Amino acid sequence: MTGMLNRVDLPLLKVQNLSKFYGGTIGCHDINFEVAEGEVVGIVGESGSGKSTLLKCIAGTETPTNGAVYFNSLFGFIDLCQADEILLRKINRTQTGFVTQNPMDGLRMNISAGGNIGERLMANGMRNYGQIRDIAREWLDKVEIDLSRIDDLPTTFSGGMQQRLQIAANLVTDPKIILMDEPTSGLDVSVQARLIDVLRKLVSRLKLSMILVTHDLAVARLLSHRLYVMKKGKIVESGLSDQILDDPREPYTQLLVSSILKP
Amino acid sequence: MDAILNIVNISKDFVFHHQQGTRLQVLENFSVKFYPSQATVLTGPSGSGKSTLLRMIYAGYRTGKGSIFVRHNDRLVDMGKADPGVIYEIRRHTIGYVSQFLRVVPRVSALDTVIEPLIARNMGESKARAKGKQMLERLRIPENLWHISATTFSGGEQQRINLARGLIAHYPVMLLDEPTASLDPENRKTVITLIREAVAAGACMIGVFHNRSDQEQIADRTLDMSGLKRRQEASA
Repeated sequence: MTGMLNRVDLPLLKVQNLSKFYGGTIGCHDINFEVAEGEVVGIVGESGSGKSTLLKCIAGTETPTNGAVYFNSLFGFIDLCQADEILLRKINRTQTGFVTQNPMDGLRMNISAGGNIGERLMANGMRNYGQIRDIAREWLDKVEIDLSRIDDLPTTFSGGMQQRLQIAANLVTDPKIILMDEPTSGLDVSVQARLIDVLRKLVSRLKLSMILVTHDLAVARLLSHRLYVMKKGKIVESGLSDQILDDPREPYTQLLVSSILKP
Repeated sequence: MDAILNIVNISKDFVFHHQQGTRLQVLENFSVKFYPSQATVLTGPSGSGKSTLLRMIYAGYRTGKGSIFVRHNDRLVDMGKADPGVIYEIRRHTIGYVSQFLRVVPRVSALDTVIEPLIARNMGESKARAKGKQMLERLRIPENLWHISATTFSGGEQQRINLARGLIAHYPVMLLDEPTASLDPENRKTVITLIREAVAAGACMIGVFHNRSDQEQIADRTLDMSGLKRRQEASA
C-alpha cells in the first residue's frame, strides 16, 4: 500500500476512557492503555473481570458506551468507534486480526481450510487462484498444519488445528495487530504448548503487535511484554510482565499470582 | 572510568496484603556504582537483598524510591522510570540477567533457547546457530541434546543452558543470580572462565555465588550487603 500515513511517534493502539455498560451492569469501566508497535500486551484477570468485553470493544464486535479506540492505521490515527463502516471493514480486513476463543466463531466451517485462508486475500482483491492457493499452503505450513489437509473442512480438524487455522486466516494479510481472546483455553496441555510455540515464533518473526486476553498467567508470561490486571471491569495494576508476576503490588494481583502453581 | 551503573538512594519494600499486611523492608537508601571490566560479587545472608538488587537493576522488580541509572547508547537511563520500549531495548542490548533456574519453554530446542538473545538482535539464523553450538560445546552439553527441548534435562544441564543463553550475547552489564549452584567442578570451572573472559572484554558483572571459591575466583570486588538496614514490621 502506498501513501503511508501512520505516525511513528504515536502508539499503534490507544484505548481512551473506554467503558461498556449492559444496562446497569458494568462490562468494563474507564479503561486506558496503549500498545506500541511490535509489543505484546496481556490482559489477565478472572472470568467476569471484563477482559473479553474490553477486547470485543477494541475489535469492534461490541460498541463501547463511552470512550475511544485510536488505531494508528495506514489511513491515519483514527478512532475505530467513530470510523465509518467502509473504512472500518477495510481496516479489519487488512490491518487487524481477531482470533476468537471458540474457533467456530472465527472460521467458516462450511468451506475448506485453504478457503478460509484464501477468503481474506480475495476480500482484498486478489483474484489469481494459483497464487491464493500458494499463499494458503505457505500459511498452513507456518502454523504446522499438514498440507494434505488444505481441501478438508475445519469441522474435520482437532480444536488445536482449528485454532492454528484461525491464526493463519488472520495473519495472511499481514495485519499490524492481532487480538486474541483466550486462544489456548479449550485445548489440552500438549496442544496448548504447540499453539504457544507457533504464536511466539510468528510474533517475533513478523514483529506483530498483539493484545492477548487470558486467565492463564503462565501463558501470559511466555507471550507478553506487559500485563494489565483487570478486576470487576477495571484495570487494577499494570507493568512489565515480570513486575506483575514477580513483584505484584495490589492485593488482587497478589491473590491472583499466589493462587496458582508457579508460572 | 565512568560508572556504567549508578544506583542512587534506592529503597525497596514488599507489602504482603494477604499476610496481615506484613511489610518487609529489604533495601533502604542504598547507593553504589558499578564499572565496566569489573566483576562484583554480592555477599550477605539470605534476605539481605542481593537478588532484589539484581532484579531491580533489570527492572523485573519495581524501584520504590531512588534511581538506577544505566549507561545505554551513551546516555543515562533510569531503569525505575524508563518507558517499556526503552526497557525492552536495554534488555536486548545492554543488560543481561541469568536467574538460578531456566524457565523452560516446551517444544523449543536447547539450541534455539540459547540463541534467542541473538535472534532478538536480528542476527542471521545460521550465524546465531554456529555461535550457539560453540557455546553448548564449551559447556559440555552432549550434541544429541541440542535439538530437543530442555524440559527433561537434569538440573545441572538446565543451568548450563541458562548460562549459555545469558553469556552468548555479550551484554555490557551481566547480572548473575546463583548460576553455578548445581554445577559439577569441571563445568563450574568453565563458567568461571567464561565470566572472566566477558569481564576482560569489558563487561560489568554483578553476581551472587554461594560457593566461597567461586566468589574468590570471580570477584574483583566484593560488596557485603549484610549490614544494610532490614526490618520487618506488621502494619497496623
